[in-house]
Amino acid sequence: MTAKKNISSKIKFRIGISGFFKGLVILFAFSCVIPLLFILFYIIQAGASKIKWSFLIHDELSDSAGILHAILGSFEIVIFASLISIPIGILCGIFFSENKGSKFTYWSRLAVDILQGVPSVVVGVIAYAWLVRPFHQPSAIAGSIALAIMMLPIIIRSTEETLNLLPDSLREAGYALGLPFHRVVLKVIVPCGISGILSGVMLSIARVAGETAPLLFTAYGCTFLSNDITKPMETLPHLINKFATQGDPKVLDMAWGAALILLFWVLLLNIFTKLITRKWKVQL
Amino acid sequence: MNSSIDNPLITRSENLERVINYNAKSEVSVKTKNSIKRSHRQIKTEVVFRRTLSVIGWLMIALVIGILLTLIWQSMPSIKKYGFSYVWTQVWNPTASVVNPEVFGALPFLFGTLLTSFLALLISIPFSLAVAIFLGEYYPEGWFSNLLMNTVELIASIPSVIYGFWGLAVIIPILGKSIMTSSLILAVMIIPYAASLGRSMIRMVPANLKEAAYSLGSTRYEVIRSVIIPYVKSGLFAGVLLSLGRALGETMAVTMVIGNNNSFPKSIFSTGNTLASMIALELPEATDDTHISALVELGLILFVVTVVINLIGRKIISRYSNV
Repeated sequence: MTAKKNISSKIKFRIGISGFFKGLVILFAFSCVIPLLFILFYIIQAGASKIKWSFLIHDELSDSAGILHAILGSFEIVIFASLISIPIGILCGIFFSENKGSKFTYWSRLAVDILQGVPSVVVGVIAYAWLVRPFHQPSAIAGSIALAIMMLPIIIRSTEETLNLLPDSLREAGYALGLPFHRVVLKVIVPCGISGILSGVMLSIARVAGETAPLLFTAYGCTFLSNDITKPMETLPHLINKFATQGDPKVLDMAWGAALILLFWVLLLNIFTKLITRKWKVQL
Repeated sequence: MNSSIDNPLITRSENLERVINYNAKSEVSVKTKNSIKRSHRQIKTEVVFRRTLSVIGWLMIALVIGILLTLIWQSMPSIKKYGFSYVWTQVWNPTASVVNPEVFGALPFLFGTLLTSFLALLISIPFSLAVAIFLGEYYPEGWFSNLLMNTVELIASIPSVIYGFWGLAVIIPILGKSIMTSSLILAVMIIPYAASLGRSMIRMVPANLKEAAYSLGSTRYEVIRSVIIPYVKSGLFAGVLLSLGRALGETMAVTMVIGNNNSFPKSIFSTGNTLASMIALELPEATDDTHISALVELGLILFVVTVVINLIGRKIISRYSNV
């Protein structure tokens, strides 16, 4: 009788432990979301009152101070970075997926893996050593190069993985029609995988759009509207960092506005990428 | 014509050249000539395209070697001047005066980097493990699972400067600037990396293993503890390594809340500095050559450490996907 009781109490204990563990997992898993909600809520609350038309169409030096120069600068630097990294990234992804087994591909892919792990601030140091130090002046193009180096591995990975998913019969059908290699790749393979490639590109833009560290000593920042890519240029993340660490409450308000715009932009890019990925069933 | 194809010394385009010349001499129609010219052009383009692709493959290798060489070359003045004592010296003084000579030592920042990263890792592991188990085992499918996964991944997409700014405005007034504060914020930022990898690993555990354990009378907790976790152990470890790599190189959020103190940190509640935050703070304004090269050497150390950690992590993951 006591043995039976013992067993049943033991089983109850084990079931209890299992239930307790499940509760613990749920508690921890959901508490991850809390800081995110906190940040989103806080930034929307602090920044929303600052977003006005005049805030968006003036630069820092004009009477009603705004952040136009930072918004345009961010766009310009990211667009230049994309112009450099998108063609190289897509071609490199094609190269990896077309030459799967070779030794050279292995080393090259290892290089891309290394590139993906390089901290953003080190990429900034590289662009600084290559383009800022020799010319004795920070420039927007140095910032673009730094961002391009950071975008490359993401574009390469997504291109390669998308193209690997395509069936070989597509390729073979192209060759059977007598198409040369470049036309098979550009007219058959790439159009078939374009959605996956596009979402990789979007993801890479979303990643670098909020980067500050590589721009600190490359694009450097300035206070007025500038379109010269060989001169310093202001960007949104850099402007937030600059204003946030100054401590002046009026300037702090502008930083919240800028943070809200940056957050909005980055989240929009991310959600857009998610939608593409889901619609075309691409795995990244 | 046939013999030239068999001859390995003659390339495809050379062979075509011969064919074209042969055809040009013989009396063929204009139409045939044109089509031969066209295919010649196409083969040329094909060769150029293939070469471009391999040049880009080389470019990636060259880029990584170039990064390493640039870092070494730029930090040469500091390496020559301080040698190995750079890593052990506790003083960082870029402004030379009569009393304090100019000296650069990276020890406080090395220690600060390791301390913030490992603390952040310790704090984040239970959370990322919980997300991985919850989404991999308890709720692997359905809109709710997707919603939570997307929300967790959103954590990674928020720019680090915004985390820093938020920490400056919300956390600093409560806790003050310290290594602990920056670890807390870092911990939140690195949750998604280990979580999403762990989730996909846990999903890959074969159902028959779990079913065998259930049929022996195991409870869910016992299945997770003695079947699932041992099966994905090294995968989870790889995820943790990847988040460690992120934490080591994280710059803006840490720079804004760590307090920026160049002396050796006394405890986790004192202010400090990390390798990345030192570079971010001092490189924009540095003009002295030795100062710049000492800062680049910090970058070199950071580069080597993160690359090694990332490569180990990726090696483990790739072994996983092969099995």
